[in-house]
Parts: sequence; C-alpha cells; structure tokens
Amino acid sequence: MRYIANTEADRRAMLDAVGVSSLEELFNDIPRQVRDRYQPIGLPERSELETVCKVHKLAPLNAAWEQYTSFLGGGVYDHYIPRVVPYVTSRSEFSTAYTPYQPEMSQGTLTAMFEFQTLLCELTGMDVANSSMYDGATALAEAVFMAERIAKTDKVAVCRSLYPHYRQVLDTYCQATGIEVVEVPYDHIGRYNADSLPTKISALVVQSPNTFGIIEEMNGLKERLGAALLIVAVNPISLGLIAPPGKAGADIVVGEGQPLGLSPSFGGPFLGLFACRKQYLRSMPGRIIGRTVDAQGEIAYTMTSQTREQHIRRGRATSNICTNSTLCALAAAVYLAGLGAHGLQELALLNLEKAHYLAERIGSLPGYSLAFSGPFFNEFVISVPGDPQSVCRRLARDKILVNNPSSLSELGVKQALSFAVTEQRTKEELDSLVNALRDIT
Amino acid sequence: MTYPTQFRYTKEHEWVSLEGNKVRIGITNHAQGELGDIVFVELPALEAQLEEGDTLATLESVKAVSDVYAPISGKVVEVNEGLEDSPETVNEDPHSKGWLVVIEVASPAQVDSLLDAAAYEKYLSSE
Amino acid sequence: MKTIFDAKGKREGKVLPALDVPQQGLEKLIPHSLRRSRKPRIPALSEPELVRHYTRLSKLNYGVDDGLYPLGSCTMKYNPKVNEDLAQLPAFADAHPLADERLVQGSLALLHEASRYLCNIAGLSDITLQPAAGAHGELTGMFLFNRYFRERGESKRKRMLLPDSAHGTNPASATTSGFSITQIPSGEDGMVDLVALRETLDETVAGIMLTVPNTLGIFEERILEITQMVHTAGGLCYFDGANLNAFLGQARPGDMGADAFHFNLHKTLSAPHGGGGPGSGPVAVSQCLVDFLPVPRITKDENGYHLDRNFPRSIGCMHSFYGNFGVILKAYAYILLLGDDGLHAVSDNAVLNANYLQERLKKTYHLPYDRLCKHEFVLSGEKLGQGITTFDIAKRLIDYGFYPPTVYFPLIVREALMIEPTECEGKETLDRFIGVMEKIALEAKENPELLRAAPQHAPVQRLDQTRAARHPILTYPFDELPE
Repeated sequence: MRYIANTEADRRAMLDAVGVSSLEELFNDIPRQVRDRYQPIGLPERSELETVCKVHKLAPLNAAWEQYTSFLGGGVYDHYIPRVVPYVTSRSEFSTAYTPYQPEMSQGTLTAMFEFQTLLCELTGMDVANSSMYDGATALAEAVFMAERIAKTDKVAVCRSLYPHYRQVLDTYCQATGIEVVEVPYDHIGRYNADSLPTKISALVVQSPNTFGIIEEMNGLKERLGAALLIVAVNPISLGLIAPPGKAGADIVVGEGQPLGLSPSFGGPFLGLFACRKQYLRSMPGRIIGRTVDAQGEIAYTMTSQTREQHIRRGRATSNICTNSTLCALAAAVYLAGLGAHGLQELALLNLEKAHYLAERIGSLPGYSLAFSGPFFNEFVISVPGDPQSVCRRLARDKILVNNPSSLSELGVKQALSFAVTEQRTKEELDSLVNALRDIT
Repeated sequence: MTYPTQFRYTKEHEWVSLEGNKVRIGITNHAQGELGDIVFVELPALEAQLEEGDTLATLESVKAVSDVYAPISGKVVEVNEGLEDSPETVNEDPHSKGWLVVIEVASPAQVDSLLDAAAYEKYLSSE
Repeated sequence: MKTIFDAKGKREGKVLPALDVPQQGLEKLIPHSLRRSRKPRIPALSEPELVRHYTRLSKLNYGVDDGLYPLGSCTMKYNPKVNEDLAQLPAFADAHPLADERLVQGSLALLHEASRYLCNIAGLSDITLQPAAGAHGELTGMFLFNRYFRERGESKRKRMLLPDSAHGTNPASATTSGFSITQIPSGEDGMVDLVALRETLDETVAGIMLTVPNTLGIFEERILEITQMVHTAGGLCYFDGANLNAFLGQARPGDMGADAFHFNLHKTLSAPHGGGGPGSGPVAVSQCLVDFLPVPRITKDENGYHLDRNFPRSIGCMHSFYGNFGVILKAYAYILLLGDDGLHAVSDNAVLNANYLQERLKKTYHLPYDRLCKHEFVLSGEKLGQGITTFDIAKRLIDYGFYPPTVYFPLIVREALMIEPTECEGKETLDRFIGVMEKIALEAKENPELLRAAPQHAPVQRLDQTRAARHPILTYPFDELPE
C-alpha cells in the first residue's frame, strides 16, 4: 500500500521487538466473533490512475457548469475566486496541520485566525469573533443556544424571511433541546413586521439581506427588545455597502462565509461566521485566538479563553464544537485582504448595480413585477405570470439556473421566482435571461 | 505563608472569617497554589441565597475550571468586584485582598465547627 | 509586515471587472440610513505582498507534510495529493447546492456510493453524511437517541453513561442534547468497570457513549458484554469513531453492538485537517434509528438519485445542505485507492507502529497501563524527576523538530502523553523519534533547564498564556501606538 513506509523486514523486526509472532496476534483483544463477522466492501486496491478515472466518470453526470448561467443564491453565491486564494490555502503547512494546540509550531494558522477574527469584527461592527463554525445555519443555531444561556428563556423569535435551510436546522436544534420557536411575519415591503414582536423571548433572529434579498431596517429595533438579544444573520459581501449590524445594536452576528472565496462545492465545506459583543465573550461557542507575548516578549498568538470549550469544561462547555472551518476562514482572510475595504465596496456595488439592472429589465416585461418594494442587495423576488415551476423548467432548457420556487411558495410567496446576481454575470447574460423570460410569455 | 489564626478553614481549602453575623470567604494559599495563575473569577449575584454546598464562585486558570462551594448557608451581601479586572489578586494575596464574597449567615455559630488554623495545617501535611 | 493590518496605505490596481450595465448609483439604490458610514479597516495588499505574507505565515506552521505528527486521538496521517485535485474538479466544486437534482447526479451518485462504503465499514444499516465534524456527529447521534426515546414514550431516559476516559466532546454533546452525565470509572486494566456499569443501569439510562478502542488505546475486550448490558437495560450504544484507525478493515462497530457510530473522515479516511477544520463526521446507525436520520436523504430509483425529504419521522436537518461534500469526496477517493486490502493494511501498520513505540518507550517513560495497545498509547511524564512535566517534554520535542503528542489527556493518567504514530510512519522515523525521546529523558536528569526553557528552536518561545487569558486581545489593536 503506497501510503505505508514500513517494509516487510521492518514489520518483522517490529513484531519481534513487541514480542508477538504475527500482526494478527496484535488484534487478539477484539472478540473473535466480531472479527469473524467482518464483511469486506468488495473493493480492489486501485492505482492513482484507476482512481482518478473512476471519479472522473462521475463528473459528467453533473451539468457542465461552464455552459450554464447561474442566478442561484440563497446564501451561496457564484462570486469569482481569485487564484491566489486556493494557492494560499493549498500550502500544506496550512492544510495538513491539526488544531493549533501547540502554539510554538502553529503561529501561521494562529496569526491568520487572529486576522480573520479582526476582519469579521470590522465587517460586522462587533467586538469579538471566533475563528469559525461549520456553516451559516449551525452558526445561527449556536447563537440561539447562546442567547438562551444568557437570557435564560426557552423561547426564541425568528423572522419568517429567514433562509429556509437556516430555519430547518434551527428548528431541528430547538426541537431536540426544548426551545420554542415563534415566528415574526413579513410585510408587503418584504421586511419583518415590526408591529408583531413577541415578548418573553431570549432573542430575535433577523436576517439581512433576508431570504427575499431585502435589506432590513433595524434602527431602534434593539431598544424594543428589552432583555432579549438581537441576532442578525448577514451576507458578508453586502457589508461592503450596508451598515454593520453592530451599529443597529446587534448582540450576535452570524452568517455564511461561502461568498468570501469558497467554491459552492455542493454545499460544503463552508464557513460559519460568528461574532458578538465583548460582554458575551464567556458565553461564546468555538475557538478563539488571542494575542500575547512569548518568553522573550515577542508578539505571538494562541488559543485563548479555552475554559469555555469542551476539552476543558466538558459537560458544561458553551458548545460541543471542536473541529471547525479553519482552512475556509483562512481563505476568507486572503480573499478580503486581496480586495481591501475599497475593493469590497466596489465588489458589493457591482453586485448591487447588476442586480438592479436585471430587476428593472424583468420588471418591465408584461406580467412580471418585483414582489416586494423594499431595498435589496444582490437577490430579489419577481412575481411571474403563470406557473413558476414551468418557467423554471423552460429556463433550464436554455441552460439558465434559477432558485427553485418551492421554497418561496412555502413561505407564502406564490407565483414568484428569485434571482441572485453577482459580478460574474455579464450584461449579455442578464439580457439573455430577460429575453428568455419574454419568450416564455 | 502562614495561615491566620483568626480564620476558620474547610477541607475544600477555603477560609472563613467571622465578622458579626457575616462571614468573609476566600480560598487558602494552598488552594491558589494548586490552581495556578487564576485568569477569571465568576462571583454570585448580590442577594443570592446559598445553601451549604452550593457553588459560591468559579475560578478559572488557563486550562482548568474549579468551583468553590459555600461552606455555610446564607445570603450574599458583598462580592469582591475588583477581581473582575484583577483576578491575579487571588494568587497574590489570597487571605486578604483576594477575598471572594461576604455572606450574611443565620447561625454564626456554625463557623465554630470548621477547622482552626492548626487543624488545617495538620490536614494539609496529611493530605 | 506581521499581520495584514500592518500594511499601511492604499494599493492601486484593477481587481474587479468594469460595470457593464447603466449605472444608477448607490444613492438611488440603498437609502442613506441603511448604508455603511465608515469603511471597515480592511487593508488592501498587492498580490506579491499577500502571497509573501501568507507564505511566511505558512513557514511558521507545521503540518503532516513536514514530519511526524504523533498527536493522540487525532490520526494525523498522510493526505494523498490526488484527492485535493479531485475535489477541485469543476463539475464538483462548482455544483451549487440548490441546483436542480437532475443537474447534480454525479455529486449525488458519489454521496450515495460513499454512503454505501461507509455503512459497510461501520457494519450498520444506514448513514447521514450531514455532520460537519466528529462533535457534530455526536450531537446528531444524541438528537437521534432523544427522538427514539420520545417516540417510545420513554422520555424519562435522560442519563448518558460515559467512561471517565471520554473525549470532552462526548459530555458536551450529551448535555447540549438535554442528557445528564453519569461517569463510569475505568478499572485497573483501563477498561470499563462492568460492576460499576451494572450498578448504574436502570430505566433512567438513555445509553452509553464509548470510544473504541478507548482513549488509552485499549480495546474494550468485554465490548459485547457492555453493549448487551446496555441494550438489555433498554439503552442505546453510541460509538465515538475517533479511534477507528485501530481496526479499520478488520472489525465493525455494528458487530460490536453500536447503534450509532460517527466517522471522522478528516482522521481515519485521510482528508486533511486544515489546521482545525473543515472536517466531516458522518453518522451510521442501526435499524432502530434509520427512520429518524436527518433529511434530505439521498435515495436512488429508476430515474436516478434524489434528495428525498419525505421521511416524516426524521429529526430534521443538521447542516445547511448535505454535509461537507468536498471532504466526503476525499474520503471516497481514499477508500477507492486503498480497497479492502489497503484498509486492512492501515490498521495493521497503525497498531504495529504504536505497539513498537510503546514497547521501546516504556523502558524510559512510565507506562501506566502496560499491555498490548491498539493504534495509540498513553505514557506518563511524571517520573522523570527534577520537577520535569509533560509540558516540558512536549516543548523540548519541538526543538527536535517533532510535533508533540497530545498532552494532559486522557484525564485519568497524570501527566499524560498520548502518542499515535499512524500507519504512515516507517520504522526509521519511529526509531528517530524513540532516540529523541530517550535523549530528552536523559536531558531531564542531567540538564533539566534545557527542557524548562524549551523550545529554543521554534518561531516563538513559550507563550504567556496567563496574560492572553487575563487581558484578552482578540482583534488587531488598531489604536495601539507603534513601539
């Protein structure tokens, strides 16, 4: 086996040193009947070439994406990834290291995670961030758990305009742990209805831009929540333009970090973003990197505030999380440092302008109109004439990908389709979509 | 460091100092040495009613968390707020400036059942 | 430049395409009240600066590709390079998770086949690939147990049994899911004390969480009795798969009595750990839990593969989408590369390497549980004298260019040094490591200061952890004056 360095002679010598006669003898502690029941999978050992061929045979069963134009969104966006991002993350010193338990041999990862935490705080306007969670949905679920610990109330309010996949994970976590989830409806603008905020809740969860793409107005919201926490889910790219949730008084900010230099990769690995106010540091889940000095007084970085974590506090830890998405957080740091604040703003502006161009073009077609009047970022909902599923299918024939309308329909937005636009979509592609829609009607 | 004779002690390495119907509580020099550098002290809320054996405070070092249990029942009337910014005081001056809480007790006589300094030192050497 | 924030000034250069639609302007599109008033302090680095900065940082790191990484319980094995390329194939990397399932049949086929292989390795009925890490798998398992008892009307079963040698994630996952913990002591042989187990089993017990072999590297020889006792008492058995490398390709958790078992694809099945993630923690389950598995599940019929949500008894969703596809793909390719014989060779060599190291090192270091081990073993650093601690030994190993073992875990061994060489290391490397460990033991006697001052040959010396915890600096101090 080509990943094993021992020779047959090595094995012989080692067995002799251990004082056993065969490899099998090393496994005598496993009950005979367990070993006898073993069934192989039925796979031969393959050369690298044979393995590559077998995996390559599965690839064409997927669509040839380069022939398609994507307007898919829902938190996962088709942004361009500068080559420098995968170049850095593929350095094996980063990719083949473990969790930085020994800081003297892990300053690379630790420094990069300190940078990542800082970048996230700058984007969100929060004081502290951890060095990542699994993905956006689990980051939100952990935020709700954290709010429950702080506010000591088993009820959380969630805007209905939350991504359905976030909501499903949140519901699963809450159902299993006995947290009641109550809903805040949306209004005709596409924003949460501020008149119907429930009381006696641990937190209110608001997503902005929300699942309809609408940017929520949160001024004055925190003041109305009393002791309850304000949890805001964000799209990090949008924060190049829109006000950071920290300014609106958010207590915890979560989000999906995929737009920051990660491939869609059929849903993972992604990057859970998690930041909060300093006063809640001790209730935070996840790994946190801090700056200190070494024995010579030189600046150095280390995992800190570890008493919150499972390897020390065990059953009383703030979360069970251990492995997170460090390498994805590194990608995000490289992506952002390659753009800079100005670049991020320009990028967000490109998304914004192109999305609005498309929305207006589609909205001018007979029978089509914007479903909500609120301001949006790079994703929007259009009311369509006829059955949205059939529109969707017709577009697919032209190799145009749009979000499945069923998730909108489940949120009560009937006869509608949503479109996400990134900097990668050219005017030509936007116009083709408009023409295709015109042809359908 | 010697153990003040005016204090009483527990086998859980706390000291108790009776002040009228109140007792001031801290951890002993031995305990702070075992815990190592204390980096955070979590104290109870004022007015909290504690039963003997309840968690009175939580002390954290870099890689350990230790609970301090109430040696006597009573109501929390004072906490050492200075420890929030300077937890190292517990290490540096455990028997004085590093006190944790003051609780008002119903029966101060309970304190008499705890170890005196000589008995505590004897206990330490036997442990 | 120490961090990206130390780069001052603004770099020029075109990084984005020009706007090719008529410009409307930010002022018109987003009301002022919703706009950002201050730019985030994100530096803009030129590409050469960016590459040099992160290349420099990478050199301050140490990965499996740099050398021996004997971190116990972490299975730091070599990560085949071909897997990285396969994960980057555009057909897979560019697949959007919300694309129509007819367009992602290749991805679904891969997940479906990977599921089949993993179920086979686990010896269990079905699997969810959603959990993104081992601990996430544990949480999924605990949610499944919860639902199982709720449906059976046995909600009083709220106690989870855990050996005192358990990973910290086990109690954390159990309490997060609403279970209380009952700790089971280990016997003098390092295994679960059956008498203690029997005494605590009653109608309030939900189950047991076991790591097999346990964190001492010892296989629970009475595993069948343990699982049978728990089952007879009405409980379920969760197996933490962190130590699967010990019997990969030779024995199956399902045959030992597991009801749920999580894989760590980033350990046993060679996906790289990324400096702390991403990982993947699929959970395989026995028949009694299949109906509760998270949705969507990947099913197959004559029309192809489907993301099937039609399982009304499911606990729900554990991940935004279908799990860490990119990581699962690497594990899938690894299984293909190895085949059955290769999987078997993994545990053969992993266990042989560990026993060889244990046998040689126990002459110099205290071995609290002296018996054949599986893929890892635990030494104690406490008897070297001169006040030398395991911490000192670990730091001195850094000077000799090795990543230190896991230290101070499991908690039941004082001054623990938990060593896991994996199958990838050859005898030559192991002999070099043994030589260094012996030398350190000698240094501890003759020149203990060398250990206490270690490391001297690392990018930084020992860190002031107390200062980091007492006065946390968790973001770049922009307002700090330069020294």
